[in-house]
Amino acid sequence: MQHGKYRFIVGFLTVPLGLYALFVIWPFIQSIYYSFTDWTGLSPDFSMVGFDNYERMLDDDIFWKSLQHSLLFALLLPVVTIGLALFLSFMINVGGRRRRGGPVISGVRGSAFYKIVYFFPQVLSIAIVALLFAFAYNPDSGAINSVLRAVGLDDVQPLWLGDPDLALWAVMGVLVWSTVGFFVVLFSAGMASIPADLYEAALLDGANRVTTFFRVTLPLLWDTVQSGWVYMGILALGAESFAVVQIMTTGPGGPDYSTTVMVLYVYQKAFRDGQAAYATTIGVALLVVTLAFAAVVMKLGRRERLEY
Amino acid sequence: MGSTSAENHGTGDNGTSGVGRRALIRRSAALGLLSVPTMSFLSACASGGGEEQEKAKSGKKTEKNPLAVNDTAQMEFVLFDGGFGKEYAEDAVKVYEKNFPKAKVKFSATQKIQSTLQPRFNQGNPPDLIDNSGAEQMDMGVLVGKKQLADLTPLLDAPSYDDPSKKVRDTLRPGIVEMGQFDGDPVWIMYYAYTVYGVWYSQKALDSLDEQYPETWDQMLAVCEKAKKKGMAGWTYAGKYPYYVPFSLYPMIGKVGGREVLDAIDNLEPGAWKHPAVKTCFEAYYELYKKGYILKGTPGLDHIQSQTAWAQGKALFLPNGSWVENESAKVIPADFDLAVSAPTGIDSSDKLPFGTIWASGGEPFIVPAKAKNGAGGMEQLRIMLSEESSKNFTSKVKSLTAFNGGTDGIELTPGLKSGVAALDKAGENVVNPRLQDWYVQLQKEKIGVSGLGEMMAGRITPVEAIKKIQGFADEAAKDSSIKHYKHQ
Repeated sequence: MQHGKYRFIVGFLTVPLGLYALFVIWPFIQSIYYSFTDWTGLSPDFSMVGFDNYERMLDDDIFWKSLQHSLLFALLLPVVTIGLALFLSFMINVGGRRRRGGPVISGVRGSAFYKIVYFFPQVLSIAIVALLFAFAYNPDSGAINSVLRAVGLDDVQPLWLGDPDLALWAVMGVLVWSTVGFFVVLFSAGMASIPADLYEAALLDGANRVTTFFRVTLPLLWDTVQSGWVYMGILALGAESFAVVQIMTTGPGGPDYSTTVMVLYVYQKAFRDGQAAYATTIGVALLVVTLAFAAVVMKLGRRERLEY
Repeated sequence: MGSTSAENHGTGDNGTSGVGRRALIRRSAALGLLSVPTMSFLSACASGGGEEQEKAKSGKKTEKNPLAVNDTAQMEFVLFDGGFGKEYAEDAVKVYEKNFPKAKVKFSATQKIQSTLQPRFNQGNPPDLIDNSGAEQMDMGVLVGKKQLADLTPLLDAPSYDDPSKKVRDTLRPGIVEMGQFDGDPVWIMYYAYTVYGVWYSQKALDSLDEQYPETWDQMLAVCEKAKKKGMAGWTYAGKYPYYVPFSLYPMIGKVGGREVLDAIDNLEPGAWKHPAVKTCFEAYYELYKKGYILKGTPGLDHIQSQTAWAQGKALFLPNGSWVENESAKVIPADFDLAVSAPTGIDSSDKLPFGTIWASGGEPFIVPAKAKNGAGGMEQLRIMLSEESSKNFTSKVKSLTAFNGGTDGIELTPGLKSGVAALDKAGENVVNPRLQDWYVQLQKEKIGVSGLGEMMAGRITPVEAIKKIQGFADEAAKDSSIKHYKHQ
């Protein structure tokens, strides 16, 4: 069977790799090339300018702010989202009290219902989620401040998206809300495939829920968590963060640059200011950040695979 | 990218293979995920070849056809489908088709001007007439700088549609031609709509306070105080887009300090923002915040939310443009009695009289330099600048056009009527600050959001705001990556 195996694999991979090279690798190379030009994006003429765009980027305060916010997104959002999703899916699948006559391992009461509810936000497009929350954050008549007023907190009426100290957190909250459901479902599927006898053995040994989670569930789920981590980090660096910042925030990107992120800055430079070459330069920086993020996660997450 | 355990330990599903199947799938998936969001939208902007397309031969110049349009050539017209809709343009296209029955008109309306047209500019085959407007507007400065636009002087010097003895340029409202110029004589843009900026309010609400629109700042504060006692805020504005504040603040600066102050600001002259008139006006606006005359929560409202709160009577005054009547039509009550006024000044020592107002063109139409049938595009514009088309536009979308007149014999809505009255009162004293079309980023995100927005939210003082804004302006003046303009 070994004979010709590689030819077989290559035969299958040619088409996808070709498509990948054409639609992914080639644009990468192109945009690196454009980052050394002064292309406006509005006419076909441009000339080479060497490292001018890179020098300019290093001097650009807004770029550094957007980098800072993007890094914060990439570090914090996966921790919060995946932590929360792990907790919720553990409670749904494993964390329930043992009921008389029921299976050994089960979720909390009503877990089937929760599973569906958590998935709801995933069904909505991110643009709609962002719009809904923009309404909810309205300081004058939005849902959040109305609730605060209703419970008598008339003096606590934050400006939310209008306050530079709160806006970034308000945006992050929306991203967590809209993505956590997906990971709950992903992790639930992973947990369902862990054999029940492992849990039974742990319970017989007197393990409580916390121990079970850290000693049984998490190690067996590690691969899924790791991919989830990379996936979430990329969402936080890429399209999702762009959508919420662009739709929800002051300016967008404000107030006073408190919410600007790299993808938004790329977009503004390319499509608002007619500086496509500079935008691709920031795009290259974003590529470096994304690659570094994936490399770090893969490196830190390397563990011996457990078979079961 | 780091490798995974399966490879190193050979414990994958297939013990003899070098690469575990799962690991392979996982790694390629991760790689795919990694690259797609980062770059997918950059791939859309690859610059194209740029061969010139063949131009249509010009037709015969006659009295009816002063621009010598080829009566069999196709004319392509792309409209921004925004607040004004597309009906007015479709009506104008019908006139073109009637005048040139053998020509085919390809008309389309879209909100995505940039996404649809940017690639066509790059490839050198743009349409013949474009309404370059909306959120996806293509940067005019870059288009002009890269010689992508046709000079509209032939159109302006052609006889007007209604009266052959008058040139088109003589039928336009003040400022329209100048706005289309960037550097020197050529006119690159024809602004079709005419917008009146100022302070918008409900005459009914003012009547209920037993007040007139205030002409001096002391009166303004008195009116706000009176409103506050009745539980109504004096002002609200689009807090999330604070670049609406200049709609009344800039003409106020012009009124207090004279036109030169606004011109110096537009020209990015050093120290332009340090002029005492700027400080006086900034302090006046800051006082609105200090005295609690601004609707609570305003910095967190977007334009629609602030307009809604204002229409509900939660606030008296709103800096805005004449599109507000159409945009907020659904929430403005029938008995609101919408009115606009030129901004309140400081007192009688101001350089210009009360009534000094900001009015300028909106809906910029352009004819690309590389268009196949540029003459056709200009002829379409000439039709749109006729009295009949102008009236059609005004009655359909409640906005004035660049055509001077065109309001007789049609019924005007309250806001429009008050806008026409405000223009009459202003007479010669129409100012036209250009920052918002010359330096978009500077005006919107720097001066607007980071300067005025922060000041109106009370997070920085007027002195700090001026220092910050002067810094932004100096940066923009030095920035070699943006094109700089000067008032002629």
